[in-house]
Amino acid sequence: MPLAIALIVLVVGSLLFHFLSPWTFTPIASNWGMIDATINITFWVTGVVFVAVNIFMAYAIIRFRHRDGARAKYEPENKKLELWLTVITTIGVAAMLAPGLFVWAKFVNVPEGATEIEAVGQQWQWSYRLPGEDGTFGTIDAKLYSVENPFGIVPDDPNGQDDVLIDDAVVHIPLGEPVLFWLRSKDVLHNFTVAQFRVKMDLVPGLVTYMWLEPTKVGEYEVLCEELCGVAHHAMRGRVVVDEPEDYQAWVNSQPTFAEIQARPAGDPVLGAASYAVCAACHGAQGEGIQALNAPKLSGQDPRYLKKQLRKYQTGLRGAHEDDTYGRQMAPMASTLPTEAMIDNVIAYIGTLSDTDAPATVTGDAEHGAELYTVCSNCHGKDGQGIKMNAPRQAGMSDWYLLRQLENFKAGIRGGHPADLRGKQMGLMSQTLHDEQAMKDVVAYINTL
Amino acid sequence: MAYVAIADRDHEQELHDPTTFITKYIWSQDHKVIAIQYSITAMFVGLVALGLSAMMRLQLGFPDSFSFITPTDYYQFITMHGMIMVIFLLTALFLGGFGNYLIPLMIGSRDMVFPYMNMMSYWVYLVSVIVLLASFFVPGGATGAGWTLYPPQAILPGTPGSELGILLMLVALALFIVAFTMGGLNYVTTILQARTRGMTLMRMPLSLWGIFMATILGLLAFPALFVSAVMMTLDKVAGTSFFMPAILSMGETMDHEGGSPILFQHLFWFFGHPEVYIVALPAFGLVSDLLSTHARKAIFGYRMMVWAILAIGGLSFIVWAHHMYVSGMNPYFGFFFATTTLIIAVPTAIKVYNWVLTLWQGNIRMTVPMLFAIGFIFTFTHGGLTGIFLGNVVVDLPLSDTYFVVAHFHMVMGVSPILVVFGSIYHWYPKITGKMFNQTLGKLHFWITFLGTYAIYLPMHYLGFLGVPRRYYAMGDTEFMPESAFTLNQGITISALIVGAAQFIFLYNIIVSLKKGKDAGSNPWEATTLEWQTPDTPPKHGNWGPELPVVHRWAYDYSVPGCRDDFIPQNMAPDDVPMAADSVSQSPDVGTHGSEGETDGPDGEPVA
Repeated sequence: MPLAIALIVLVVGSLLFHFLSPWTFTPIASNWGMIDATINITFWVTGVVFVAVNIFMAYAIIRFRHRDGARAKYEPENKKLELWLTVITTIGVAAMLAPGLFVWAKFVNVPEGATEIEAVGQQWQWSYRLPGEDGTFGTIDAKLYSVENPFGIVPDDPNGQDDVLIDDAVVHIPLGEPVLFWLRSKDVLHNFTVAQFRVKMDLVPGLVTYMWLEPTKVGEYEVLCEELCGVAHHAMRGRVVVDEPEDYQAWVNSQPTFAEIQARPAGDPVLGAASYAVCAACHGAQGEGIQALNAPKLSGQDPRYLKKQLRKYQTGLRGAHEDDTYGRQMAPMASTLPTEAMIDNVIAYIGTLSDTDAPATVTGDAEHGAELYTVCSNCHGKDGQGIKMNAPRQAGMSDWYLLRQLENFKAGIRGGHPADLRGKQMGLMSQTLHDEQAMKDVVAYINTL
Repeated sequence: MAYVAIADRDHEQELHDPTTFITKYIWSQDHKVIAIQYSITAMFVGLVALGLSAMMRLQLGFPDSFSFITPTDYYQFITMHGMIMVIFLLTALFLGGFGNYLIPLMIGSRDMVFPYMNMMSYWVYLVSVIVLLASFFVPGGATGAGWTLYPPQAILPGTPGSELGILLMLVALALFIVAFTMGGLNYVTTILQARTRGMTLMRMPLSLWGIFMATILGLLAFPALFVSAVMMTLDKVAGTSFFMPAILSMGETMDHEGGSPILFQHLFWFFGHPEVYIVALPAFGLVSDLLSTHARKAIFGYRMMVWAILAIGGLSFIVWAHHMYVSGMNPYFGFFFATTTLIIAVPTAIKVYNWVLTLWQGNIRMTVPMLFAIGFIFTFTHGGLTGIFLGNVVVDLPLSDTYFVVAHFHMVMGVSPILVVFGSIYHWYPKITGKMFNQTLGKLHFWITFLGTYAIYLPMHYLGFLGVPRRYYAMGDTEFMPESAFTLNQGITISALIVGAAQFIFLYNIIVSLKKGKDAGSNPWEATTLEWQTPDTPPKHGNWGPELPVVHRWAYDYSVPGCRDDFIPQNMAPDDVPMAADSVSQSPDVGTHGSEGETDGPDGEPVA
């Protein structure tokens, strides 16, 4: 009897939970309302079966509970009943399957003239490519991935010259137009998911997969990786911005093409030296960093990282948080380099400076830090040397600065801007370090590398 | 000389009873001892996996609170938890444990047909468990690739344990498969060859049908896992490229070229989906017997139940790619696999109907095993129905890789089979030990486990609807996730910890009852099947004393009209059935069901 009551309570409770709890579908922002409709059909059919089977069972438990002198009925089979149940079940199943397959056919067949975008996954970051004016993507060769050619485009393929390259985790798509995402992975399996769009698909190295949708609401949506891709899987975040078509076009026009990037002259250290005079005031003539001025060591740092940071300061992705005292000092300084060429020149000059390891100032339990650092080493390298195309160098850089940045990441002071997804990634990873002491231990370990 | 079935041989082979402690309990070839060895080992690793799940839940419910759980640890925990639970606990316990114990007893034979191989099966299994657990202690730790071990990630830096951890995992799997194959060939051969006189296939208890079909599935499916383990090992240590295309790793291009990660997924799920039924079919069978016995009623639709087991077993080989709808395989496969997957819902639903209809017009004794059996119907119905969501390809798009999937498979192949495991252990405990367990503790264990697991997994489905992804160390600040989702996660964690702790009630009960339990007698549940009719309880080596039992009827003669008792043991001859006082003149229509058109034995020979 208690079990029968429990079953009834669970059935009623499940229904109440379904209808009353605040947890339900994230509001949809694409054309795939048909998927939601199929789910609702499935909910009704399965819900009826769930309620019917369990209530019937609860009733049977009460009605046919053991009584002295009672005897069960001997009825090994009832072919007619079994046949009926089979037929009804088959109809119910067909009622769910048919709309499902109908909608799947729509998903498999991409409408003509869809806007094409390639999303590229790499441990643990997103970037994107558009086919450019010719509407054709250039050929990719996985053997060509490098810092200079992160997309691995075959340099002499004419189709690739006008490909628009977005070396950033934020992509824009036009409202109300079908968008075809080609999905490509550089290393392991990933998955491109935007909860509001409903559809998702894996990225498979060695293959190009696809999915399509039509965004129906202007807004910004978070991209998640939903195929386990290693230790920073949960930190692999991206962003899709749905624009009015004209805004979208303006955004596309502002992005560089492969040819433009290839044609960019290498930075000129001689020209950069003049600009660096401003930087030297705080960062030191050799880029060695001056702790008293809160300026970290620059020499020996990954040029791509330095450039990305300067751009972030310029665009407010970094150094805009009200608690980021020193970042706010740096932001106006970054704007003394208004053109891309000037940035390249300064960074080229920094590359010529002598690189001696910064002195150790932070102390902690390096042994404990070594354990914690196993997570960090996946991006920053076993020796803290940084991994090109991924994360900056730490070993031999200003340790007090590392500590402060860890604190800032953890507190959301750095990496808190919604468009700063690499920063957000580091923010998520910094959660591994639970307190100030853990951070000091890690930095102490980095000092030993 | 023509082959003569074992039961029909004139002279029984001489039994060599073990004499020393070691041959009796350690290097034992007795199926009952091997079953217990398998079960204890499986339950031990199960406890390890339970501990791992507690750690995972702590991290998910209270992120940023436990400094000893780093992302590396977390991914190792989920991987080892999954692999242990699916393979090293459930598969081993259902087939190595229940299969070993019940097959010879239920078919009326003295042992498995290959006792030595049976013993080897256990010891190789034990080695596989040791290798698996050893991977926690090697440099880099256990693999954190997820229990699906998808390459390229599984064997590349960036994934925990991508050096030694993954290799030990692959070796442990290969060893497990060797162990399983030795056991499995034995189970199948024994069921086909060693049934006693009168035990036709269509008189077998459904427990055996479930175990039989699951073993066949295992023998056909595990080789796919075995070859993929070998291929991945070669990719890792010999530089081959079975699963490795040209890719980047740690900022450098690798030497691999031309391999296919999706090939691994096909191989893995060609094993992995039948694996679901390798676990589910024994549970289906065992629960059928529990329900019938404790409802005092013939299982409803026995023949349909057998055919459903066969149909599910067959279909389970052509549905595997429903695990891969968003894997990037050719999307047109989706049509085929969604259709086959939903077709499999039909025989499965029939089984659920027949269980419920077995209760209908029964005389239900609400014993502890019965509580678990009915709990199973509830959780399995729930888990089966949510499977229809995921099987219907387009519905899988939003739900795949979210907590909906986690909730679904834990309901259907975690909670449901485990409820059957508990129910079955309580059910057969009196036979295995001769003692009765403590009923109050058994009921307490049921209530906490049943209600607690539902409190874990029902809300988890709704996290999936929100879009919360699985296999995330921490959700962090994700815009579409409301604050309340984090509160919900805390609630789930608290439920999980309570359910986990409640399992110690079970352990306490079965250990203490060994000493303190009341003597159970030989057939406390008044069941019909042969294992309850042994001359000794617990059954001695050789099971049956001098004479093998002879079977006269199917396994479900409960509450036959006109008979005095509400059960007739399978080995009771029609003339011996005691009649009710008021119906002496009536010739009972007993012992015929399930044998019409079945007068032939399995070898085409007339049955005595």
